Amino acid sequence: MSDLSSLYQEVILDHSKRPRNFHAIENADRHANGFNPLCGDKVTIYLHMSGDRIEDISFQGSGCAISTASASILTETLKGKTREEAQALFEAFHKLVTGKPVDSAGGPPLGKLAVFAGVSEFPVRVKCASLAWHTLRSALEKSAAVASTE
Amino acid sequence: MATTREIVNPAIAEAHPRLFDVRHIREDFPILKQKMHGKPLVYLDNAATSQKPQVVIDALLRYYLQDCSNIHRGVYLLSERSTQAYEDARANVQKFINAAESREIVFVRGSTEGMNLVAQTYGRQHVGAGDEVLITALEHHSNIVPWQILCEEKGARLRVGPINDRGELILGEFEKLLSDRTKIVAVAHVSNALGTINPVKQIVAMAHARKIPVLIDGAQAVPHLKVDVRALDADFYAISGHKMFGPTGIGVLYGKAHLLESMPPYQGGGDMILNVTFEKTTYNHIPHKFEAGTPNIAATIGLGAAIDYLTGVGMENVASYEHALLAYATEAIGQIPGVRLIGTAREKAGVLSFVMDGIHPHDVGTVLDQEGIAVRTGHHCAQPVMERFGIPATVRASLAFYNTKQEINALAAGLEHVKRMFA
Repeated sequence: MSDLSSLYQEVILDHSKRPRNFHAIENADRHANGFNPLCGDKVTIYLHMSGDRIEDISFQGSGCAISTASASILTETLKGKTREEAQALFEAFHKLVTGKPVDSAGGPPLGKLAVFAGVSEFPVRVKCASLAWHTLRSALEKSAAVASTE
Repeated sequence: MATTREIVNPAIAEAHPRLFDVRHIREDFPILKQKMHGKPLVYLDNAATSQKPQVVIDALLRYYLQDCSNIHRGVYLLSERSTQAYEDARANVQKFINAAESREIVFVRGSTEGMNLVAQTYGRQHVGAGDEVLITALEHHSNIVPWQILCEEKGARLRVGPINDRGELILGEFEKLLSDRTKIVAVAHVSNALGTINPVKQIVAMAHARKIPVLIDGAQAVPHLKVDVRALDADFYAISGHKMFGPTGIGVLYGKAHLLESMPPYQGGGDMILNVTFEKTTYNHIPHKFEAGTPNIAATIGLGAAIDYLTGVGMENVASYEHALLAYATEAIGQIPGVRLIGTAREKAGVLSFVMDGIHPHDVGTVLDQEGIAVRTGHHCAQPVMERFGIPATVRASLAFYNTKQEINALAAGLEHVKRMFA
């Protein structure tokens, strides 16, 4: 069962059972909805920006352990980050979960996001892990459309 | 002294050609010998697609090795052989579902294309502004969307017969939705998401009392039950080849001859014509009128082989074996604390759809996969069914006659493992 425990790390199970920042932000100045048509997972990301900086971030929705934990850890990681830093982290995260080499020297430190490395062994679960990130990008771009993993 | 030896009634021997021994059956399906992640494959996603017996694989090979040629054209022996095999498959289907004539059997890509064909030909001909098409809340997207497309084009209305908490059609409510405006009724024989067997014979009688034709989506019924289109008095009946142990890319639309004859063609092209000039084209007779272009010849021949195989096993045997296995599985899975079965119809085919407290179906599916168990997780192309039960998705274990009690035990053990992981 080594494969499974690399996917469902303790940190991931913890965040899926007790998601952090799991609420709507009252004074959110932007939000976006994400939907994975494959499994019906839904997520809404709320942002309160201060200039180019994410002052507050939260999420709501329903999904599997991977997508819930990913959204939860995303909100923890990105609070206080700039738009540019968030974009760089998304790129690094995407490489991590799709099994592409992560630029450890030049890229941003992944921190807690590193627990998602095991996802790369489960290609069908990559979309679960990246749904919240696609949704974040729509929120940052203030795109009106629903973010989709398709 | 009278012998105690059983006297075998030839009629019964014919209906039950051999004792149903699942071990022998499994040997006919080479894929089942595989291991997944080091564990024996437990294939419980038969409602998505079924596995193929060796005889079907052999039929595909034989066509490509020996008979490959186009049909209905060549004057040479090779083409005669492939035409013969193709038309033999049509006769096989006719016999299997007890259609009156082989020209009532139209080969299509799958049941989805069968439904689209009826919507785009009969539907466009008969459904107008203000008219209604009646379906049920149990339908697969393939028996919803073609009618939505038609209704949008014509300014017609799609009506939906409701289901109860067991996942059964509420027949009284359904009947109330039948009216002068209803131009066609389209219902699943068996629900792919819940396994509910609809009372299609009663539905047909209700609709026919008002002179409304009925299309039955039989994709999930034909692999599991003995289907007799004449006994049902179905006007149209759609079948999926790959769900009945045949190849992908082949399906059947049965239609009563007088209806098929009155309908315009679905697609234009070769083989569906008798004569073409730039001024006027004369269409071919049924069923060829609906089979434009070179069909999936190999898959059609493969479907014929699947029907021979099923006939050999006996659909009565298949149905009774699966009925017993479903009862066993319902008890084994239903009694696990934290598991809730979705769809508990009194008349049900081999589908177990369920959710687990606090654990998302997708996670259940991933953990089961590591145990070698293949189940479907998601909305099963039936999002309105999920909405009816207020859930985004279910785990679905769907049975075939090659599944065993041991495999159900493996599923139950796998679910206990899931619970320990996410507890």
